[in-house]
Amino acid sequence: LALCAGVATADENAELVVNGEIHMVTRTDAPEHLENIDVIRSGWTFRTEETQALQLDDFDNPGMIFVEEAIEDWDTVEGSEGKACADCHNAVEDTMVGVRAVYPKWSEAAGEVRTLEMQINDCRENRMGAEKWGYTSGDMTNMVALISSVSRGMPVDVAIDGPAQETWETGKEIYYTRYGQLEMSCASCHEENYDNYIRADHLSQGQINGFPTYRLKNAKLNSVHARFKGCVRDTRAHTFSPGSPEFVALELYVASRGNGLSVEGPSVRN
Amino acid sequence: MKKLALSALCLVAGMGIASAEVVAPGQVTMDEYGFVPEPLTDQPGDPENGRKIVGSKSMGNCVSCHAITDMAQDVPFHGEVGPLLDGLPDRYPEAMVRGILVNSKNVFQGTVMPAYYKVDGFIRVGDGYTGKALEGEVEPLLSAQQIEDVVAYLMTLKDE
Ligand code: HEC
Ligand code: HEC
Ligand code: HEC
Repeated sequence: LALCAGVATADENAELVVNGEIHMVTRTDAPEHLENIDVIRSGWTFRTEETQALQLDDFDNPGMIFVEEAIEDWDTVEGSEGKACADCHNAVEDTMVGVRAVYPKWSEAAGEVRTLEMQINDCRENRMGAEKWGYTSGDMTNMVALISSVSRGMPVDVAIDGPAQETWETGKEIYYTRYGQLEMSCASCHEENYDNYIRADHLSQGQINGFPTYRLKNAKLNSVHARFKGCVRDTRAHTFSPGSPEFVALELYVASRGNGLSVEGPSVRN
Repeated sequence: MKKLALSALCLVAGMGIASAEVVAPGQVTMDEYGFVPEPLTDQPGDPENGRKIVGSKSMGNCVSCHAITDMAQDVPFHGEVGPLLDGLPDRYPEAMVRGILVNSKNVFQGTVMPAYYKVDGFIRVGDGYTGKALEGEVEPLLSAQQIEDVVAYLMTLKDE
């Protein structure tokens, strides 16, 4: 660790309270199904004090600027049906509370596990008669951040049994598969090596409770599948595409590894 | 087209300089512990070049995972995923070090360390770090000569 001088590690036991009122669970007992980890930790606990501080208050959190943009979209009429999200869902802070916490979720109507992005595009295409948003586009990621923001502080609680189980198993298999020429799985970095430095990066558990994340590195909100893509690419592998069945399954599985942590999105990461 | 012509040219130029005998990735002889006693080329390893490969992100990138005190001054951010490599030749014979580089998995079962001289058995191998599928043959992460250079460098890391 001496060799990593210059990287200030944050206080292990710091508490995350947003706006002085939202108490976040950033460490807690791992869910039953996790075999190799006892305590799950939000990515926030691995960041430097400076980065952590940016998430303490919405005025300091650059991710909130993108949430503001999504509030405009929420009220904007688009498509052949002449409707806005607000026409059917009223105020986002009334109707979307708790939604982020349970996604990805089995959709009875569609007969598949759906991410928030899929659900949003379904409303756009089939209820508004509007163009679908690109899966990892700014508009889409901002809207996911808005919907997440009203569930902040609630525990992630995705269902892994019942009709979702098959998808969950697929996601688990992907999580432990060693892809690419470097032959590394998600677990190689985020289960076997969290808390270690890999070059200048302090490895976290790769949790997604904080998504979308505002990254200081690219100064925008980043979606879950964009992050997955980057991580798979870094193993010198042919990645899966955002929105692909593989990444949907992986998202369900990774989300379930964080069951019990608080919804934090939009969070701030480096 | 242009790219193809260029790489053909490099190949010719490369062959002009050193017509070294090279053991191909599939042809490496190893013992039951994954050790590789015979060098992969007939040119001796160059420790100075090996040092560059170990410290450089675009080549071995070994410091991503390993700290090496010898490089503490000139290469920033050494990783902690693998063990400190100081004093390596005091612990391991050269054949073992070469074996670890050729295919770490033969020496340390299930290790997260990549295999640097291996060209098959990968799942969804990509075209470098582009995220796209690789078309054509897999090149090993390091060439035979680069492996020998790295081995030569690592064997200088005696604790005294
Ligand atoms: C014409 C009506 C209509 C419009 C416009 C509409 N939705 Fe929906 N939305 C629905 C209905 C109905 C459901 C319930 C669908 C279901 O559960 O099968 C739904 C479900 C959802 C859900 C999932 C909620 C949950 O509890 O699982 C989200 C998220 C959502 N919509 C977001 C949006 C967004 C964002 C927009 C605008 C871009 C939008 N919707 C526009 C009718 C609409
Ligand atoms: C070669 C190492 C490596 C592999 C393999 C890897 N990651 Fe990552 N991942 C990183 C690094 C480095 C970061 C940035 C620091 C951190 O949060 O760990 C990161 C960050 C993340 C984050 C963001 C966490 C946050 O709080 O913002 C998620 C989510 C993630 N990874 C998921 C995955 C998944 C899923 C896989 C497998 C498909 C995977 N990673 C494979 C190195 C890796
Ligand atoms: C992604 C991480 C990673 C990278 C990159 C990596 N290694 Fe390793 N290496 C490890 C780990 C982990 C071990 C410990 C073996 C095990 O898993 O038990 C190791 C073990 C070793 C050992 C044995 C050390 C000992 O004392 O037991 C040597 C020598 C070594 N690596 C050399 C290298 C060289 C040289 C490179 C680059 C060309 C390299 N490694 C790249 C992770 C890595």
